[in-house]
Amino acid sequence: MWGSHPMTLYILRRVFGFLVTLLIAAAVIFLLLDLLPGDPARFILGINATPEAVAALRLQMGLDDPAIVRFSNWLFGMLRGDFGLSQTQKLPVAGLIAERMSVTLPLTLFAMVISVAIGLPLGILAARHRGKLIDTALMVLAQTGVAIPNFWFGMLLTLLFAVTLRWLPPGGFTPWNEDAWASLRGLVLPSLALALPQAAILARVMRTALVDVSTQDFIRTARAKGMTFGEALWRHGVRNALLPVLTILGLQFAFLIAGTIIVENVFYLPGLGRLIFTAISERDLVLVRSATIILVLVVSFTMLVVDLAYGLVDPRLRERRI
Amino acid sequence: MSLVEITGLTISFGGKPAISDLSLTINKGDRFGVIGESGSGKSLTALAITGLLPENAEVSGAILFDGAPLPQDEKAMARLRGQRIGMVFQEPMTALNPLMRVGDQIEEALKLTGHDGDSAVAGLLEEVGLEARHAERFPHQLSGGQRQRVMIAMALASAPDLMIADEPTSALDVITQRMVLDLIREICDRRQMTLIFISHDMRAVAALCDRIAVLRGGKLVESGAIKEVLSRPAEAYTQKLVAATRMAPRQGEPHVADKTLLEVDHLTRAFSQGGFWRWGQQPLLAVNNVSFRVSAGECLALVGPSGCGKTTLARMIVGLDSATSGQVHLEGTSYRGSDLPPARRADLSLVFQDPFGSFNPRLSIAQSLGEPLRLVPGLDHGEHEQRLVDAIESVGLERGMLARFPHEFSGGQRQRLAIARALVTRPSLVVLDEPVSALDVSVRGDVLDLLAQLQNQFGLTYIIISHDLDMVAAMADRVLVMEAGKIVEEGKPAALFAAPQHRLTRALMQARLPDVAA
Amino acid sequence: MSWRNMLKHPGLVIGLSATVLFAILALLSLIWTPYPIADISIARRFATPGPEHWLGTDQLGRDMLSLIMSGTLTSFTVGAMAVLIGAGIGVPLGLAAAIYGGPVEWVVLRFSDLAFAFPAVVIAILIATLMGPGASNAVIAIGIFNVPVFAQVARGGALAISTLDFVAAARLAGLSRPMIALRHLLPNIASLIIVQGTIQLSLGILAEAGLSYIGLGTQPPATSLGLMLRDAQSLFLIHPWLSLAPGLAIVVIVIALNIAGDGLRDALDPRLRNRGLANVAG
Repeated sequence: MWGSHPMTLYILRRVFGFLVTLLIAAAVIFLLLDLLPGDPARFILGINATPEAVAALRLQMGLDDPAIVRFSNWLFGMLRGDFGLSQTQKLPVAGLIAERMSVTLPLTLFAMVISVAIGLPLGILAARHRGKLIDTALMVLAQTGVAIPNFWFGMLLTLLFAVTLRWLPPGGFTPWNEDAWASLRGLVLPSLALALPQAAILARVMRTALVDVSTQDFIRTARAKGMTFGEALWRHGVRNALLPVLTILGLQFAFLIAGTIIVENVFYLPGLGRLIFTAISERDLVLVRSATIILVLVVSFTMLVVDLAYGLVDPRLRERRI
Repeated sequence: MSLVEITGLTISFGGKPAISDLSLTINKGDRFGVIGESGSGKSLTALAITGLLPENAEVSGAILFDGAPLPQDEKAMARLRGQRIGMVFQEPMTALNPLMRVGDQIEEALKLTGHDGDSAVAGLLEEVGLEARHAERFPHQLSGGQRQRVMIAMALASAPDLMIADEPTSALDVITQRMVLDLIREICDRRQMTLIFISHDMRAVAALCDRIAVLRGGKLVESGAIKEVLSRPAEAYTQKLVAATRMAPRQGEPHVADKTLLEVDHLTRAFSQGGFWRWGQQPLLAVNNVSFRVSAGECLALVGPSGCGKTTLARMIVGLDSATSGQVHLEGTSYRGSDLPPARRADLSLVFQDPFGSFNPRLSIAQSLGEPLRLVPGLDHGEHEQRLVDAIESVGLERGMLARFPHEFSGGQRQRLAIARALVTRPSLVVLDEPVSALDVSVRGDVLDLLAQLQNQFGLTYIIISHDLDMVAAMADRVLVMEAGKIVEEGKPAALFAAPQHRLTRALMQARLPDVAA
Repeated sequence: MSWRNMLKHPGLVIGLSATVLFAILALLSLIWTPYPIADISIARRFATPGPEHWLGTDQLGRDMLSLIMSGTLTSFTVGAMAVLIGAGIGVPLGLAAAIYGGPVEWVVLRFSDLAFAFPAVVIAILIATLMGPGASNAVIAIGIFNVPVFAQVARGGALAISTLDFVAAARLAGLSRPMIALRHLLPNIASLIIVQGTIQLSLGILAEAGLSYIGLGTQPPATSLGLMLRDAQSLFLIHPWLSLAPGLAIVVIVIALNIAGDGLRDALDPRLRNRGLANVAG
């Protein structure tokens, strides 16, 4: 009786919310990077620039148009895939970012997959045997994992696997089109460095959620039907416990993207982070502006996916109207 | 032939016994009632029989099921539960998995006991009075009564020898409660099933069971055939419980003056359904064009099933919510609800249903009781203190208790404190929202006596909101029956209950469980 | 909470003691360190840990223990300021959303969606572009990131509390909404906020380390644990100790804070926590 209609409405609402957030985020970035510096052209060129040079750059950047025109030009440009021209490298920003994304995005995804594959099963295992030795051991491990900075963990991994054991390269990156196997090998340690601390967080969250669920009445009902505690937890608990875990997963993606930018430094990977740091030191406003909106886009898009997944798992949510 | 035999059962938590030395025998075909108040250990007994006690419980004593001790192995115990015992719990919303269609949940119970398939699900649904289409629903798409029927269907899936129903109706409203009780009785008759019925409600036990055990503080008070125990209770505690089920209708003349204190004038409260995305949604009329008058000194009762709008109406009268249209007149002041001027708020007060949520745990009783006094300007420190002392003493507690915190009081004491807070501004009208329904049966009578005494002493006007017709008959001068936001019937309790006119009033009267003496 | 109550939670005692120990070491660096941290001496660089330099010296011959003491102070300060900013803005926003509802709540929720879309690194990038890197930028970046977290915790907790009858009783007694928030809601969600505060403090210390490590946080001559890792990066393969010492310091501090936070959560009101969380999740 409640077929596609409430779900469609739910999706529409979420997508609308996503677009609104994105629009406001773009406005915030525009405000910070285009309006606050006063004259971006002078900001980019520095105080020693000649008035002629500033005027030329203003013309090239279209700075003589009113702010609202510049904002909408930027937005519509991005919709067409035109992110503007990098001031310092004199290259289209879209191409620069796309090139770097071929490192950053796979790294983030690998890390996400690894952390889920390790964190969730361990969390379930700990909750299943809560109070027992295995639970205590896993939680001590998780408590430690949560406290380890991922970039420092990357250094430790390099020391062990690249320097001592020489199994994997200590850093650097071979482009995908030259030797995909080598590229993949180059991403193993960085992905692990990102993934393991996140897996520790996930394991803790999964365990807490499952322990909370295990005290609920419907677990008792399932046991009354003839299941053991473990069976009840597996068949009825895990899916219910996934709801809070999903929220954390969404946030984790944001952490991982941020973490990628940091971990790239440890392994000398030519990812988005390196591009951004160069842009900051060279005051390349156009590049920073586009790179940040891309990061915000990826993060909000993940939140949207999480929201939609929520609606898929929880029938109550599809019908709620706020 | 005994089905369940409990000998010397003791259950403790951290060394503190929750059940001590309990022995019970339940025979095949018995309908066995276990009655007790909160903390009596009645639910723990049920969990012990089914092997569902929390892990930290320390258990001694023996439980035999059909002559054999309960298996120690978890899996074997689980299979025994699944195949021979069906359970129904108190709160059907949380007892069902919210993410799974109810049909699938019933089917799962069938599969666990080796039955299969859809036809059986449909059959079970039909047996509990639901339709096959309900199998497609999720729990939140069913009403409370329907959910409890699903629970019963699930318990029946394995065709068990024993059904344990733990307070199966206390989360339901009166009419549904009666229907579910009748359903349980019917099924037990048809299937020749043994029943253990756990309840705090003597009448429900009396209506359903043929044997009874009374528990108090983890100990067995007495047990026996229900007729014996109820007609000749041996123990004082049982006598008290039996007496508490009989509320004498009010004696004496109705205390009514001609003066109108409060007038409710075409009051309507509409709730828009949903927030931002509400195109095409009809607003829900919780209160729909209601008018009535309350005379000074009167005790007026508003009765109706849950969701009929009686609480919304009360919230508007005391100024917690605002009417969509219409007005309330209180001795010359007209208001719509929240706009009730502070100067007049002192004349009105409200006693809440739940004595546990009605005090801020971080404030002392004096701070909580003194809060409404900000509505009475010009009190100096001494007068302020005197008001608090007067209030707490008038409800039969001591002034020394003002310095204590809420967690130091029992439920009955907290409800007295809530009444004291309602009286501290010396109001003329007190609205009582289900004033005793959250309390243990044995203290209900005392609180009602206190309310009656305070009414006489201070000449208070009461509006009582309740679903409990016996309590209303004992307290009220006049009754308004509400359904779906409208007043459908009005009258003096004796006349109204003797000859109910409206369909709803008749349904409420029929849902009343018979007196235990009958 | 009484002392006796506290002793029932060994995690709280251990975590809190370790945290306080580190805090004392950090504060001590204000008035005394074994060696001045600006004291550069190439002659005694790369000293191994010994009686003279308990934790050795770095590539500039600076005493590692002194650096770690001073760096811990920076890390704590940045984390704590960020918590203050986050709680100072987030809690009032969350309370306002809970007590006013309607459009106020909508705006707060949209704002918190928006803030969640900006990871701390992105905020730090924006600030560093405008004003250059620095410890204060890390404080602002992490602080802004904390705001929606506190707002959600406060809103969730307040919503759970505000359905209780004593809040209605306060409205009957004529208290205004802000008064109710102060007198009835805030004291009852304080434990939730304190627990969240310890979590955000430990996250903040980790974030500060990350930002300083990539050069967006603390700048020399000041030092922080993250900055020590940045300085040691190029020497890492030859002199791993220079990276291990500050890294371990971070790990131990964060573990101590987390254990203290877990203990605190159990010791304060565990029931409330569950109710609050349920609301945040729903």
